[in-house]
Amino acid sequence: MSNGSAFPSLPILDQEPTGRRGFLKACGATLGLAAWATAMQPLVEWSQELSVDEFLQKHYRELKPAEKQAVFRRLEEDCKKDHGVDVTISDPQAIPGVQFAYALNLSVCIGCRKCAEACHIENNHDRATNNSYIRVFEMEMGGIDFEKGDATYDHPVPQPGKFYMPVQCQQCENPPCVSACPIEATWQEEDGIVVVDYNWCIGCRYCEAACPYHARRFNWEAPQIPAEEINPDQGYLSNRIRPQGVMEKCTFCLHRTREGKMPACLEACPTGARVFGNILDPNSEIRWVVENKRTFVLKEELGTKPRFYYFFDE
Amino acid sequence: MATDGNWLFYGWMTLLTAIALVGANAWAVQVRDGMIVTNMSDHVSWGLYIANFTFAVGLAAGGVMMVIPAYLYDDEEMHELVIIGEAVAVAAILMSTLSVVVDLGRPDRFWHLIPGIGKFNWPMSMLTWDILVLNGYLLINLHIVGYLLYMRYLGRKPNPKWYVPFVFLSIIWAISIHTVTAFLYCGLGGRPFWNTALLAPRFLASAFVSGPAFILLVLRVLRTTTDWEWSPRPARTLIQIIRVAMSVNLLMLFSELFTLFYTGSGHAASAKYLFFGSHGATGLVPWIWTAIALNLVGTWLFFLPHALERGSVRVAACLMCIIGIWIEKGMGLVVPGFIPSTLHEIVEYTPSSTEWKATAGIWAFSLLVLTVLIKLIAAVHSRQLHPRSLSETSA
Ligand code: SF4
Ligand code: SF4
Repeated sequence: MSNGSAFPSLPILDQEPTGRRGFLKACGATLGLAAWATAMQPLVEWSQELSVDEFLQKHYRELKPAEKQAVFRRLEEDCKKDHGVDVTISDPQAIPGVQFAYALNLSVCIGCRKCAEACHIENNHDRATNNSYIRVFEMEMGGIDFEKGDATYDHPVPQPGKFYMPVQCQQCENPPCVSACPIEATWQEEDGIVVVDYNWCIGCRYCEAACPYHARRFNWEAPQIPAEEINPDQGYLSNRIRPQGVMEKCTFCLHRTREGKMPACLEACPTGARVFGNILDPNSEIRWVVENKRTFVLKEELGTKPRFYYFFDE
Repeated sequence: MATDGNWLFYGWMTLLTAIALVGANAWAVQVRDGMIVTNMSDHVSWGLYIANFTFAVGLAAGGVMMVIPAYLYDDEEMHELVIIGEAVAVAAILMSTLSVVVDLGRPDRFWHLIPGIGKFNWPMSMLTWDILVLNGYLLINLHIVGYLLYMRYLGRKPNPKWYVPFVFLSIIWAISIHTVTAFLYCGLGGRPFWNTALLAPRFLASAFVSGPAFILLVLRVLRTTTDWEWSPRPARTLIQIIRVAMSVNLLMLFSELFTLFYTGSGHAASAKYLFFGSHGATGLVPWIWTAIALNLVGTWLFFLPHALERGSVRVAACLMCIIGIWIEKGMGLVVPGFIPSTLHEIVEYTPSSTEWKATAGIWAFSLLVLTVLIKLIAAVHSRQLHPRSLSETSA
């Protein structure tokens, strides 16, 4: 790719460079190489930040326990170096007999976006873009028509004639994002949560095209967060600070929920619109809602089988 | 000799090199600073790169269009020119691969895609199928080009056993690469604009136009810059193929639009945005109407008797159809799949200068490779290059 006069190097065309032509070709080749090196300089700068360990790291599910620990320690050190913050990277595993599900009461949601904000802080999202895994839609009463919805509203809520519909990853039982990924960088865990290995993803964004719920987010650049705002309790598969150029998504706050806590968005909701828990537990509130309320899921016709239910009070 | 040539040739190669370098630099900056330098977003997460990829796959598939008449109908003269089509296919596969590479957020992790070493999600992921068929196609075509060229170089008659089976394989394979590429899109239930069974046939029909049209242009350049001569027959066969394929393509497009607009379902939202704009957003409207105009006029020109003669009508028709299909398969197909988004938000997209530069660089580099290939083929063909030519020069 380097230069236009590279042809003399074709083996069957070899000729002794003679006279003026040979000299010109030699000059051309040198110039071309120099131009090539200059053009690629940014790549060199970038690769200096990459470590060999990071480059060679195996897929999460192929790491042995000791290797995992080494990876987590390395990531903690990197965070200290890059952000000057001490963080702990944990890796809570799915609990046998637990299948998480979420339900949201649309009759009481007031569209305050406290959940989206809590997600932003909990999950170490980029500050400038105000990223969050939750988008809240202001919808028109009378139907559930996203075409009439608006996720960029900027006025006091709730407005008359409107209701509010937060949308996040539906943790589909049959997730199209997972089958799309060419390298198994995203998969479904035993408790139903779909995760991404941020150190394995190549950033092709096929999963983002495949998701019918606009639930995935790409790191178009490295996320920026002031040191004092970084949440230091981080999960490897969830809220640790993501690298540039990889995919991320809602994980039902698995670093919290697998430890028996509630997701950050639920805790932040001032109206109690959100219900979360283990759907396999017959005494759980989520089970009660799904059994007793007239719930519905988004885009049921696609066969994705969301684990995120919406309902209205009668 | 292939390296020698007039100033026009050197100027052309220097120009391509310069553009390729600009593109390489744009890409290097993108890798360092992040894909924020593109205009893609979480709403429109694929743009110009994947658009160009889709077109390139079609061009590669179209490269074998010469092969079909040559072998199925045993057109002797076509045999001579088949190698040109295969060379175009090789360069086009290169272009499609590079278009995907520049679209990756983490090109350093490319090895994750290598079966055996990485983690290849086959057969679930359509993308893995695409990688397999594209690489297979590249190998087949490299083999055919390499073998035919080497035999010619030695001055021996190629042994049909060593290439004819591969030629037939490449015909089937050509269809598979564009079909699988269509499946990448139409397999996504959440994107109604792509989720149509007509997508693969439409891809194929347009490939049967862009491929032969591109080859016609290459033949024209060859005829004016070398002393290689052939009768007008092969080109006429190609034009017949284009006439049929383009008519089928337009018919399918029409039938798709009828279904979308007449029923007026929610599925029409993207098409409505594409053709007429929606909620004041009209970013793609000029693109698609340009494409439609170019395709219609190009097709009309192809149907003129003049198109069968070697003249500017034919060149204009080829150029129009190539550009028309490039837009239709790219900005007119990939981008509107994302607008409106899956939650019906309308966020528009226009390629950034980085994306234009990188894409131009990919074109330039692929054309550079094609030029070298063709130059080599021409030199071997005219017997300027044969085993004795080497000992002569070194003596
Ligand atoms: S909502 Fe989207 S990202 Fe979440 S599991 Fe379903 S398809 Fe995947
Ligand atoms: S962006 Fe990452 S997670 Fe998504 S499909 Fe590509 S490699 Fe897989």
